[in-house]
Amino acid sequence: MPLHRTTPEGYPVLFAQGNEACVYGAIHAGCNFFAGYPITPSTEITEGMAREMPRFNGIFIQMEDEIASIGAVIGASAAGAVAMSATSGPGFSLMQENIGYAYMVQLPLVIVNVQRAGPSTGLPTKLSQGDTMQARWGTHGDYTAIVVAAATVQETYNVTIRAFQLAERFSTPVVVLLDELIGHMREKLVLKEIKRLTPVQRTFPKIPPEWYFPYKEPLDMVAHPAPVGEGFRYSMTGLIHDKSGFPTAIPSEVNHRMEILKNKIMMHCQDIWNWKEHYTEDAKYLIVAYGSAARAARGAVETLRNRRIRVGLIDLKTIWPFPYRPLPQIAEKAKTKRVFVAENNMGQLIHPVREALPQNIKVHGIRRYDGYSLDPYEIVQLVKEKIYA
Amino acid sequence: MHELTDIYEYLRWRKRFPTVWCAGCGIGSIMGAIIRGIKDLAIPKDDIAFVAGIGCSSRMPVYLDFNTLHTTHGRALTFATGIKLHRPNMNVLVVSGDGDALAIGGNHFIHAARRNIDITLILINNGIYGMTGGQVAPTTPLGARTHTMPYGNIDPAFDSVELALAAGASFVARSTVYAIMQTTNYIKKAIKHIGFSMVEIISQCPTQYGRLNNTANPRELLLWQKEHAVPLATAKDMSKDDLKGKIITGVFRDTRQSEYTETYRQYVKKVQAEMEE
Repeated sequence: MPLHRTTPEGYPVLFAQGNEACVYGAIHAGCNFFAGYPITPSTEITEGMAREMPRFNGIFIQMEDEIASIGAVIGASAAGAVAMSATSGPGFSLMQENIGYAYMVQLPLVIVNVQRAGPSTGLPTKLSQGDTMQARWGTHGDYTAIVVAAATVQETYNVTIRAFQLAERFSTPVVVLLDELIGHMREKLVLKEIKRLTPVQRTFPKIPPEWYFPYKEPLDMVAHPAPVGEGFRYSMTGLIHDKSGFPTAIPSEVNHRMEILKNKIMMHCQDIWNWKEHYTEDAKYLIVAYGSAARAARGAVETLRNRRIRVGLIDLKTIWPFPYRPLPQIAEKAKTKRVFVAENNMGQLIHPVREALPQNIKVHGIRRYDGYSLDPYEIVQLVKEKIYA
Repeated sequence: MHELTDIYEYLRWRKRFPTVWCAGCGIGSIMGAIIRGIKDLAIPKDDIAFVAGIGCSSRMPVYLDFNTLHTTHGRALTFATGIKLHRPNMNVLVVSGDGDALAIGGNHFIHAARRNIDITLILINNGIYGMTGGQVAPTTPLGARTHTMPYGNIDPAFDSVELALAAGASFVARSTVYAIMQTTNYIKKAIKHIGFSMVEIISQCPTQYGRLNNTANPRELLLWQKEHAVPLATAKDMSKDDLKGKIITGVFRDTRQSEYTETYRQYVKKVQAEMEE
C-alpha cells in the first residue's frame, strides 16, 4: 500500500479509483483466491489482485478466458477458498453457465461486474447499466440472485466487503454491479475495515462425516456444503440433486430443490435489502436509481428541492432481491404521485419498480444509453416536464 | 448374489447403481482400472478430488466414493485448477470424454497442459458423442457415419496425444480398453506423476458408434482395438502409410518439469521476501 494520510481515528485515507476500492474491500473481507481475465473497464481489479494476492498468501491466476476464470473460482470455493472474480459485460455473459452451476451447488463466491455499454463489444470504455437484468436472470433456469451496487468509491469498498459476507451467509454467488464511471472515478476512500473487521471464514460442518448430508437444509434454509478435502466425501453436481447431493428427477425432490434455491434468499430479504433515502419523507415525486445514475439523480434532487419541488431519491444498494415491499411503503407514507426511474439503459430497473407500486402511481423512465452519464440538469428538465404537463 | 470384489469399497453402488452406461460400453472397465490404480497406490479416498464435465464418461464421479464434482460441459479442468491451487496436497483427477476435453473444452485442455499443473486427465475417447445420441466428435474418424454426419464424416480428427505433447504436458500416454492391464498401469503412473498428465484411453461405443458403423457387437469392437493397437516401440520402425488407421499406444512423454503450484509457492515467497526488504 502506498504512503497515505490517516483520519484522526487512524484509518488510512486514499484518493482511489472504484476498482482499487474494490480490491481493498476484497482483501479486507478475507478474499484469498482470485481468478480473472483482463477486460475493460474492470482490468484494474484484476491487476490490483495480481499485486496484492501474493502479499497476503492468497492465490491469483489469470486464466485463459472468463469461462475458465469462473470455473477456477468455483473450484477454489468448493475447496474452501474465499473466492472472487471480476469482469465486464462480455465476460459476464461468458460466465453465465458456470454461475448457474454455483447457484445450483450453492457455493459462496463474489463476481464483480463493472458494466460497460452493450450488446456485444459495445462501448468498452463508456458507461452503461445494461446488465441490471442480466445480473438477475443471466443464467438459464429459475433461481434467485443477490446483486449489490455502489454509487461512490467509498460505497464500492463497503459493498464489496458486504458481498463477501452475504455470499458466505447465504452460500450463494453474489454479484457486485458497478459501472464504468464508478470503476474509473477517483474519490476519497477511508479504509475503515482494515483492522476492525474479522475476515470472512468459510462455514464447516460440525457433525461427523457419516451423518453428513451436504444439502440437508437447516431451519434457515441455507445449506453450507463442506469444502472438498475435509473428510466429507459427497457428490456435487449441477444436476438437480437430493439432500445427499445425488442426481434426482423425482418431482417432489425437484420441487423441494427449486423452492430452496428461491426461498433461501427470499425468506431473508429483510437482511439483504439495503438502500439510501434522500428527502423521501414528503416526496410527492420519487426518483429510484442506483450506481452512477443515482449520483446524477442526487444532484437533480438538490436542485429541485431548491425550487421547492418535493422530490426524493431512493438510491438502491441492493438491486436484487428487489425491495418489493419497502418501496410502496415509502411511497404510501410520502403520498407519492409519480415515480421516476433513472438509469443508463433503455429501461430495465423500471420493470420491478412498476411491478412493486400500486396502479395509481405513475412510473416514468429517465434513460440515457449513449455511453455518457445522466446529467442532473437533464433529470431536472424531464421531471419538471412531467410534473407540469 | 455374486461375490463383491475389492473395488466395491470405492463405489457408491448401494446408492447409485445401476449406472447410465449401456451394455458393452468401455467406460465401466476404465472406471475399474482407475479404482484399481488408486487402490494399488493406497491413496486415501479423502485426498482425491474427482472432477468431470458432462457426457457419458463424465457421469463417473457420481458412482465413485471420492470428493466428486460433476461440473459443466468442457469446464472440468478449470474447476480442477481451482481445487488444485487452493489445496495443492490433494490428488486431483479429471475424467473427460473426447467431446468434453477436445471440442468444448479444448482451450482449457491446452492451457492446463501449458501450465503443467499437477492434474491427472483421463481422456476417454470413443470417437462419438454418446450421451446426446451419436453425433460427430472431434475424434470421429474420416468417413465414419454419425447422426450429424449421416453420409460419412468429412471433419479431420484431433490427435489428443500430439496436442498434449505440443501444449507442454509432462506425462502423455495412450492405451485401449482391450489392454486393460496396460491402462491401469498408465493411470497409476499418471497419478504418481507430478505435473500435468494425460492418459488417452480408446474406448468403444457399441450403441451409437458401433450401431452406425458396421457392428454393434462390443466383442468385435474390442477385437478391433486389439488388431489396430501398435505399441510405440514398433510404430517407430513403421512407415506413415502402414500407421494409417492404427492406434499407437504407449508412454509418449514422462519428464519432470516445474509444476505450477510449486512455482506459485516460490513466487509468493519471492514476493514476500521483497516486501520485507
